[in-house]
Amino acid sequence: MEPFTRHTGLVAPLDRANVDTDAIIPKQFLKSVQRTGFGPYLFDEWRYLDHGEPGMDCTDRPRNPDFVLNQARYQGASVLLARANFGCGSSREHAPWALKDYGFRVLLAPSFADIFYNNCFKNGILPVVLDEAEVERLFQAVYAAEGYQLTVDLPEQRVVTPGGEAFAFEVDAFRKRMLLEGLDEIGVTLQEESAAIRAYEQRRRQEAPWLFQEEGRP
Amino acid sequence: MTGKTLYDKLWDSHVVKEYGDGSALLYIDRQLLHEVTSPQAFEGLRLAGRQPWRTGANLAVTDHNVPTTDRSQPVADPVSKVQIETLDRNCAEFGVTELGMRDPRQGIVHVVGPEQGTTLPGMTLVCGDSHTSTHGALGTLAFGVGTSEVEHVLATQTVVQQKARSMLIRIDGQLGPGVTAKDIILAVIGRIGTAGGTGYAVEYGGEAVRSLSMEGRMTICNMSIEAGARAGMVAVDDTTIDYVRGRPNAPTGALWEQAEASWRELVSDPDAEFDRVVVLHADEIEPQVSWGTSPEMVAPVGSRVPNPFEEADPVRAQAMHRALEYMDLAPGTPLTDIPLDKIFIGSCTNARIEDLREAAAVVRGARVAERIRQALVVPGSGVVKQQAEAEGLDRVFTAAGFEWREPGCSMCLGMNPDRLEPGERCASTSNRNFEGRQGQGGRTHLASPAMVAAAALHGHFVDVRQLP
Repeated sequence: MEPFTRHTGLVAPLDRANVDTDAIIPKQFLKSVQRTGFGPYLFDEWRYLDHGEPGMDCTDRPRNPDFVLNQARYQGASVLLARANFGCGSSREHAPWALKDYGFRVLLAPSFADIFYNNCFKNGILPVVLDEAEVERLFQAVYAAEGYQLTVDLPEQRVVTPGGEAFAFEVDAFRKRMLLEGLDEIGVTLQEESAAIRAYEQRRRQEAPWLFQEEGRP
Repeated sequence: MTGKTLYDKLWDSHVVKEYGDGSALLYIDRQLLHEVTSPQAFEGLRLAGRQPWRTGANLAVTDHNVPTTDRSQPVADPVSKVQIETLDRNCAEFGVTELGMRDPRQGIVHVVGPEQGTTLPGMTLVCGDSHTSTHGALGTLAFGVGTSEVEHVLATQTVVQQKARSMLIRIDGQLGPGVTAKDIILAVIGRIGTAGGTGYAVEYGGEAVRSLSMEGRMTICNMSIEAGARAGMVAVDDTTIDYVRGRPNAPTGALWEQAEASWRELVSDPDAEFDRVVVLHADEIEPQVSWGTSPEMVAPVGSRVPNPFEEADPVRAQAMHRALEYMDLAPGTPLTDIPLDKIFIGSCTNARIEDLREAAAVVRGARVAERIRQALVVPGSGVVKQQAEAEGLDRVFTAAGFEWREPGCSMCLGMNPDRLEPGERCASTSNRNFEGRQGQGGRTHLASPAMVAAAALHGHFVDVRQLP
């Protein structure tokens, strides 16, 4: 996985609460058996005026001029500023895959849905929770200044404005380490915890043998 | 020292290692797989040259893409076909048991698990699907995970989790006639909002929940995620034990005795403390209908579409404006005046035998209204379908003008050919009314099986309590 340390990028404001993963990447694109190639279909139903299907060439599809990512000033954005409960709904990891593939590295919101939040870390995207008032100020700042950029510093756990103002954020130690070092979490678990997992299984086989009777059964 | 909650007990018995920051490596007893969120996980294993840690702990089912029409025909959509065949191939290659499209036990993964006894009380269970919370109805810690975590569980039988805060949602008293588990959970979401449960593991309790069947409890736990909670659960009691006994993969003999004694402990201690307690009174819950594009936009059937101009919070008001525009509804419209085009009875929320019985009881002897273009009944599994047919429910539905289909996720999310066309309005027993969920431009109103069945007969919602 691509490590994440510090990132400075153009901010795009998505001013809606409860943006669900069906909106981030509609169901028809979930039929892909790949992890890549979802970027052109990110927010497909909001971004385009026609109906999108997997494999479609999006170059000439009619764009919705009102949708924020279609506005000239937000081209090349890599930081998405959003409202509460971003990423709610389905557990589809296709949502962070699409955001990453489009070019987003950081998401800022007052809250994220749990599964989505977790999925972001597995894909080198940093979701940052700031409080409502801070997010509201950032929305105003982005609207006020074309080309508005933010710096997000994971080691220091802060978001820094162009004026030098800093907002602190929380991130748990395990996720931070995985993201900073870009580690393969499965590799780490197998390397560091295999013995502990085996010991657990051995104990549980005694305590609750019915949990292990499934082996080999249809 | 205070007692433990049910969630504490399930959590503590599965910790392999604490990381000291509130997160832990949690052992997973069972993983359910389906065709949409597993291909990239299997591919990950293949690329890294890894094998499943415990192959027998996994069960795969195809459900999201499968056609609900004649299964003897090949899958018409070539992209869906590839995804279904990819699951078949991956399961064959890695030795994972799969209930494929033509297996009589095939169905929606969250209907099949409990039905087969693959889900048992006291387990941890994950699936790459947010409605995995359903299985919590059996006193199981069950939650949805992303594809990277599916791969992690395949490879290590564990997952790293942050321990959630605990919430008790207590439904006191008894439900009135015509009011069901679906109305309870919709009312709960209306109360606490779609982010109300974010960061929490929810336990449902109280007299009304204790009185529910397992099917009803599964409906409630299923929609925990619509309240923002990854996991919902109900303590084990006689209803749980009676449901599990005799299931194909449930333990038998001495092992059953031992298991049952252990499962009886799966209740929150009387002195356990929850981080948040929410109380609803069952007798105040009315049949619910959603009017907007988020499950929290829900109201009692006798009420009207709310007015965004009366909403004080600007972010909420804006969301309401957008929802009413998408739903093509005017504030003040009685919910019973909204004309419907399609009917969907199905999904992991409401496609179990009891749901079909409730819907059939309303439909019996009547006809689907003229204006309804299509009315689908999609059983949750092959086993549910067989049972319903044995009871003659299929004929009740078909005689009324419903289509009786093969099991799958179907029009809940429209990955298969069952979907809404732009502008079509559907009364649905499913769980999400998001924009485009049932088909691009489609409009969804969520309600209980009885309410949706009654709506089919009238072409608009009616209060089931007022039916003769």
